[in-house]
Amino acid sequence: MAESMHDTMVEREIDRRKMQVSEEVAIQITGMNKWFGMFHVLRDIDLTVHKGERIVICGPSGSGKSTLIRCINRLEEHQTGQIVVEGTELTSDLKNIDKIRSEVGMCFQHFNLFPHLTILENCTLAPIWVRKIPKREAEETAMHFLEKVKIPEQAEKYPGQLSGGQQQRVAIARSLCMRPRIMLFDEPTSALDPEMIKEVLDTMIELAEEGMTMLCVTHEMGFARQVANRVIFMDDGQIVEQNEPEEFFKNPKSDRTKLFLSQILGH
Amino acid sequence: MSDASFVRTEMLSEQDPPPTSVGVIGWLRANLFSNWWNAILTVLCLAAIWYVLSGLLGWTLRSVWNAGSLNECRDVMIANWGSTHGHACWGVINDRWLQLLFGFYPPELYYRPILAMLLLFAALAPVLFADKVPPKLLYVTAAYPFLMPWLMWGGSIWTPIGVAAGFVVAYLVGRKLGGTASGLVLGILSAVVWWMLWFGLPGQAETFDSGVGRVLVAGLGENLASISPDTAPFWLETVESRKFGGFMLSVLIGVVAIGCSLPLGILLALGRQSNMLIVKAICVGFIEFIRGVPLITLLFVASTLLNIFLPPGTNFDIILRVMIMVTLFAAAYMAEVIRGGLAGLPTGQYEGADSLGLNYWQAQRLIIMPQALKISIPGIVSTFIGIFKDTTLVSIIALLDPLGLSNSIRADTDWNGIYWELFAFIALMFFIACFGMSRYSMYLERKLKTEND
Ligand SMILES: Nc1ncnc2c1ncn2[C@@H]1O[C@H](COP(=O)(O)OP(=O)(O)OP(=O)(O)O)[C@@H](O)[C@H]1O
Ligand SMILES: [Mg+2]
Repeated sequence: MAESMHDTMVEREIDRRKMQVSEEVAIQITGMNKWFGMFHVLRDIDLTVHKGERIVICGPSGSGKSTLIRCINRLEEHQTGQIVVEGTELTSDLKNIDKIRSEVGMCFQHFNLFPHLTILENCTLAPIWVRKIPKREAEETAMHFLEKVKIPEQAEKYPGQLSGGQQQRVAIARSLCMRPRIMLFDEPTSALDPEMIKEVLDTMIELAEEGMTMLCVTHEMGFARQVANRVIFMDDGQIVEQNEPEEFFKNPKSDRTKLFLSQILGH
Repeated sequence: MSDASFVRTEMLSEQDPPPTSVGVIGWLRANLFSNWWNAILTVLCLAAIWYVLSGLLGWTLRSVWNAGSLNECRDVMIANWGSTHGHACWGVINDRWLQLLFGFYPPELYYRPILAMLLLFAALAPVLFADKVPPKLLYVTAAYPFLMPWLMWGGSIWTPIGVAAGFVVAYLVGRKLGGTASGLVLGILSAVVWWMLWFGLPGQAETFDSGVGRVLVAGLGENLASISPDTAPFWLETVESRKFGGFMLSVLIGVVAIGCSLPLGILLALGRQSNMLIVKAICVGFIEFIRGVPLITLLFVASTLLNIFLPPGTNFDIILRVMIMVTLFAAAYMAEVIRGGLAGLPTGQYEGADSLGLNYWQAQRLIIMPQALKISIPGIVSTFIGIFKDTTLVSIIALLDPLGLSNSIRADTDWNGIYWELFAFIALMFFIACFGMSRYSMYLERKLKTEND
C-alpha cells in the first residue's frame, strides 16, 4: 500500500518535471570524440538536451565529466562529431563561439570570479561589453540577481572578502546577468565547506524550479533526486547509463554504475 | 589531584610593560644595543657614517658658488680656506645649469620645452592618479603625443594634425571591420596610406610640398609657394635636433621610450603566448635578439648603420632613430616582465572571461592585463628606471645628454678639469626622477592592494 502510494507520488513528480521540459532541443551532441594528445577522453558521445531539462552528470574522477561540459561552450575543442547549441553549431568560427558562450552560463568549481573587480562589476562586466547594455541597466539587472542569490549587501565588496559559498553564489549571479538559456555547473559545491554547500544548492534548486536548462556535474545525489530529470553516469569517457533519478538510484543496470553508487552512497 | 588539571582561582590584572622595553630607550635597546656584539657593530657603523658624511658634507657645503671659471674658483678657495682640496666648485653649475637642462636649445624658446614638461604632468595625471583628477584631462593625454613633438621641434601644426588623423583613420577602419586581426592589419595599412597622401611619398618631400596637407593649406587660402614661417598658421620656429640636449633630451627620450615600450611590450608578451605560430616566432625572435644585444650596439646601428639601408637623401632624424631603438630595447625587457605577470594568473581567469563570451581583446583588456600588470608593477618600474638611466648612453653617439654636455663643458678652457660637481648635479637630477618613479610604484602597489583584498 505504502509502496504504491510512494510510486504514484514519484510518478506525479516525474510528470511535473516533464511538464517543464519542452520539445525544443537546447543541446544536440552527436558522435562527438575528443582526445588530449593521444589520450581518448570522450568517446562517441551522443546526448540530446531539451529545453528546460535538468541533467546531472556523475561518474568517477577522470571519467571526462568536466571535459564534456566544457566542450559545450568550447572551453575545450572537440575533434570529431557535432555539437549544436541553441541551433548554432560549434566550429572554429570565433563569432559562433562567442555567441554560444554568451548564451551559455557556466559556474566552476573554483568560482573564477575576477578578484580585481567588485562583486557588482563582476556581474555587470559581460552584459556591458558583450551585450552592450547601458551601465545603469546592467547594474539594475545585477542587483536583481544578487538579491536573488541573497547577497545584495555585498555588491561593493571584492571577491576576496567573501566566503566560498558567497563567492559561488556571486558566480551564479554573474552568469545569470547574461540571461543565459543554458547553465553549466562543474562541481559547484565540491570546493565548499559542508555548511556552505546548502546555500549554493538552494540557489541552484530555485533556478531549476524556474525552468532553466541545466547541466550539472555533481556528486550531490540529494540534489539530483530533488531536481534532475535525468542522471547521466560516465566512465572512461563514455556515457554508461542514463535514467530518471529515482530509477537510476534504485535500479542501476550496469555493474559500473552499481559499483560507483555503492562507493558514493556507501558512507 | 593529577598534574594535568589546573584551575585559576584569581584573575590577573593588566600591568604596564617594564620601562626598558618601551619608548626611545626601549627601541634603542631592542634594535641597536640588544647585546655586546650588536652594541659594538652599532658604534662602528655610526663611526663609518660620520666619516663619510663629514667629508661629503664639508665638500658640498664649504664650496664656491660664484665663479666664472675653475681658476676663479681655486682663487676663492685659497683665499677662504688656504687649500683647494675638499671644497666643491658649484660655480660650474651656477654658470651652466641652463645648458645642462636644455642643451643648445635657443634660450628665447625655452618656454616650449617647459610648456611640454608641464603638459606632460597634465597628461600623466589622469593615468597615474585616475581617482583624483577629472577624467576630462584624458583629452590632454590623448593629444600629448602629437602636441609634444610640435612644441619641441616646431614647424607647422598640420604635421601633428596629419599624424593624429592617421591614427583616427586606422581606428575607424579597424572598428568597421570589428576588431579582428584583419581589421587591425587593414587599419594600420590605411593609416600608412593616409600618411603618404598627407605628407607625400618618402624621399619625395622634405616636409610639406606635396600631399593632402599641402592641398588643405592651399584650400585655406594660402599660396603654396609662400608657405613660410611667417605665413603658415600656428607656425612654430623649427629647432633642429642637434640643438637638443641636456636633461631635456634625457627626459624626451626616456618619456617616449617608457610611454611606447609598455604597449609594445604588452603586445610582444601576448604574441609570445599566441597560438599563431608565425606571430609567436616573430615575437620570440625579436625579444631574444634585442635582449641579447647591448643597447650601445643598437644605438650605433641607429646612428651609423641605418644610413646604409635607408635610401640616400632621406633625412631620418637622429633623435627619432635613437628613440625607436631605445623603445625597442625597453619593449623587449617589458615583454618578459609582463610575461612573468601573465604566468602568475590562474587559468581560471581566462576560463571565467571566455565563459562569459568576452572576445580575446576584451578579456585581455578587462580581465587579464589589469591583473598581470598589477603583479608586474615592481618589474615594470625597474625597467622604466633602468631605461631612463640608460638614456645617458646616447652621449656615446655624440648626442648631448647631460653626460655628453659635461664633456663639452670640460672642453671649454674655463672649466677644463672639473668633474665631480657636474657628475653630482647630473646624479641628483636622475636620482630625483628615478626616486619619484620608485615611490609612485610603491604608492600604486599599496593602493591596489587595499583595493582588492
Ligand atoms: N588539458 C588537459 N590535457 C591533458 N589531459 C587532460 C586535460 N584535462 C583533463 N585531462 C585528462 O582527461 C581526463 C578527464 O578529465 P576531466 O577533468 O574531464 O575528468 P572529470 O570527470 O571531470 O574528473 P573529476 O571528477 O576529477 O573532476 C583525465 O584523465 C584528465 O587527466
Ligand atoms: Mg572535473
